[in-house]
Amino acid sequence: MHMHKFEKIWLTFGIGCLVVFLTVVGVSAFYLGNKPASCLTTINPEKVDTTKPFDKPGLHKVEGKEWDYELVFVASAFSYNPAKVEVPLGAKVKVIATTKDVVHGFEMAGTNINMMLEPGYVSEYTTTFDKAGEFLVVCNEYCGTGHHLMFSKIEVVK
Amino acid sequence: MVNTAAKVKVDPRDAKLSMAHFFVAFGALALGGLMGLLQTLVRSGKFELPWGIGYYQILTAHGVLMGLVLTTFFIMGFQYAAVSRTAGTHSPAARRTGWIGFWLMTAGTLMSGTMILLNEASVLYTFYAPLKAHWIFYLGLTFVVVGSWVDGAAQIMTYAKWRKNNPGKPSPLLSFMAVINTVMWIVATLGVAATVLFQLLPWSLGLVDTVDVLISRTLFWYFGHPLVYFWLLPAYMCWYAIIPKIIGGKIFSDSLARLSFILFLLFSIPVGFHHQLTEPGIDPAWKFIQVILTFMVIIPSLMTAFSLFATFERYGRSKGATGLFGWFKVLPWNDARFTVPFIGMASFIPAGAGGIINASNQMDQVVHNTIWVTGHFHLTAATSVVLTFFGISYWLVPHLTGRKLTKAMNKLGIIQAWVWFIGMAFMSGAMHFQGLLGGPRRSAFSTYGDSKQALEWIPYQIAQAVGGTILFLGIILVLVIFINLAFFAPKGEEEFPVGEAENLQEKAPMVFENWKLWLGITAALILFAYTIPFIDIIQNAPPGSKGFKTW
Amino acid sequence: MAKAELKTKHQTEIEDSSSLKGTLASVFILGLFIIVSWVSVYYLFVDRF
Repeated sequence: MHMHKFEKIWLTFGIGCLVVFLTVVGVSAFYLGNKPASCLTTINPEKVDTTKPFDKPGLHKVEGKEWDYELVFVASAFSYNPAKVEVPLGAKVKVIATTKDVVHGFEMAGTNINMMLEPGYVSEYTTTFDKAGEFLVVCNEYCGTGHHLMFSKIEVVK
Repeated sequence: MVNTAAKVKVDPRDAKLSMAHFFVAFGALALGGLMGLLQTLVRSGKFELPWGIGYYQILTAHGVLMGLVLTTFFIMGFQYAAVSRTAGTHSPAARRTGWIGFWLMTAGTLMSGTMILLNEASVLYTFYAPLKAHWIFYLGLTFVVVGSWVDGAAQIMTYAKWRKNNPGKPSPLLSFMAVINTVMWIVATLGVAATVLFQLLPWSLGLVDTVDVLISRTLFWYFGHPLVYFWLLPAYMCWYAIIPKIIGGKIFSDSLARLSFILFLLFSIPVGFHHQLTEPGIDPAWKFIQVILTFMVIIPSLMTAFSLFATFERYGRSKGATGLFGWFKVLPWNDARFTVPFIGMASFIPAGAGGIINASNQMDQVVHNTIWVTGHFHLTAATSVVLTFFGISYWLVPHLTGRKLTKAMNKLGIIQAWVWFIGMAFMSGAMHFQGLLGGPRRSAFSTYGDSKQALEWIPYQIAQAVGGTILFLGIILVLVIFINLAFFAPKGEEEFPVGEAENLQEKAPMVFENWKLWLGITAALILFAYTIPFIDIIQNAPPGSKGFKTW
Repeated sequence: MAKAELKTKHQTEIEDSSSLKGTLASVFILGLFIIVSWVSVYYLFVDRF
């Protein structure tokens, strides 16, 4: 099987690019901690309301942890609890969310907080809220007739 | 020697079965296209659906008709004809098998379609549990999948017969490629068959109360990514093995074409996690391993890009073109059989670039489930693949029906492709940008409580409606051409173009036909990528979910 | 023997006469497009929280 010299050059360059891309995201994910939401904690989807921390949705200050706040969300067709919440600018926040019924999305538009909520699983993402303003949280996974009416608002305040 | 190529015709009995597939495929295109138009209009915020029809109902219909019916029927019809043309007429047994497959798929389509129309299955074409559709919807899907296996078996039978009659020879390129795609499809659909048969059907029938959501999703995406390669490979068949003949050039390298198809077989399947990157319950290390495997499947596409440019440049230079890009101008731009798939190829450049972004692990958080993704697969599937399918049908339909592609239809075909391109530039372009701003996919019009961010998305949604309207015009044009070529075009002989390799001395290595080897590696890669994560998912499973009907 | 030699010579000629410069340029333009798109979205990822 014969390969033209130029094709070898092209494939070397192309594969080189792919290796660079993979290295960049790999190092960012596994050394700098920028992994996509992949929490392994499970929960009984029918007992969400009585299971900690989902018995108290909303923002909570925490002590002695790597993050300053925990922001707890409970999703169900077709709403989030809380429907509106304020977060202080610059706070390091762990967003913790789950669903009581079908699969939902949890996407804070214009940020990297974008994760699936699946019944039986807890989804978590930790980040520093370093931009002020009102952010829309949308459900970005189809969940039924009211899917497009399902949202929450997070205001990052100075 | 006189016109031997032109006289090699697909046997009329095989032609009939291929055409049966195309009637269903183009019927699905007509209906699905209308649904698509309605969606873009609704989401512009300027239009509401009449008679209480639900947005998500037509969204389900659009996805099932376009993503599953149009594609599967067209591909099976095209590959069946390509095998008949290059490996010889199908035997009566193979043809009967093909017909059984066709009718199973058609019956399944009708079953699932009826349930969608009755609003019993507004679960979108991904039918994620615990949304629970009517059991007939799942049974219909089973029929479609099983039917496609039977249908594909016909191609494999004829390929095997050719191999038996020609020991030690590499099989005809188009037949080889068709069989690779069919085999990949069979291995991939095992996943969706497993979740439908063992999880969703018993659950929707009430035999079991709950379903394990993550297992179902993982099985679905084990199938879901090779599904998109199943759409793409027939387009690659046309680009590699048919376009060179149409332009009057040669296949750049027969062996490299085969190698790229084998790489697609190996690496299309063990990569489903890149659709589940933001999901809980899957270890991030395993996600990243599948991201690496996903990047492997980019390599055959890089090879394809080089081969295609090389075919064009060689042809152009043989026509006396000079300079770095002079060859580009001498390509047969007035031939719809070339220009239409070419626009498809060109669209694959932004489509592929977008795909690399989607698969880049945490970068998926920027675009996951935003309308960027919808924009992405409307470039890959709905432009690269479909325009190539249209381009194929412009010679294949008249070839099968014993008619001619007239000058007028040829011209209309080229106009159709440009209309499609412009419509898609508006629609897919706007989807990409809106997605980067966070606009979600699969959502009806909403201002989300007059959110400032959501209000910024509306102009993009209007652009999508403009694009969607232009695209619908494109669908009307392609249907006009299809009906003309199937029923009204003048009688005559239209060639089924099959390319020849540039270097006939270079025989493809026989190792490419060693199915035990390639299926063995395919299985090994799948087991490597999925065994441990699957055990984890099963061992750490939460309580199952009961079904919901939230529509 | 003579025939075989002729063939090899002919093949080298094909390769030289059409050196595929345009193809190489085209694929590198494609590569550049991929890199620019990827880096742009990576920038968005890094810029956002």
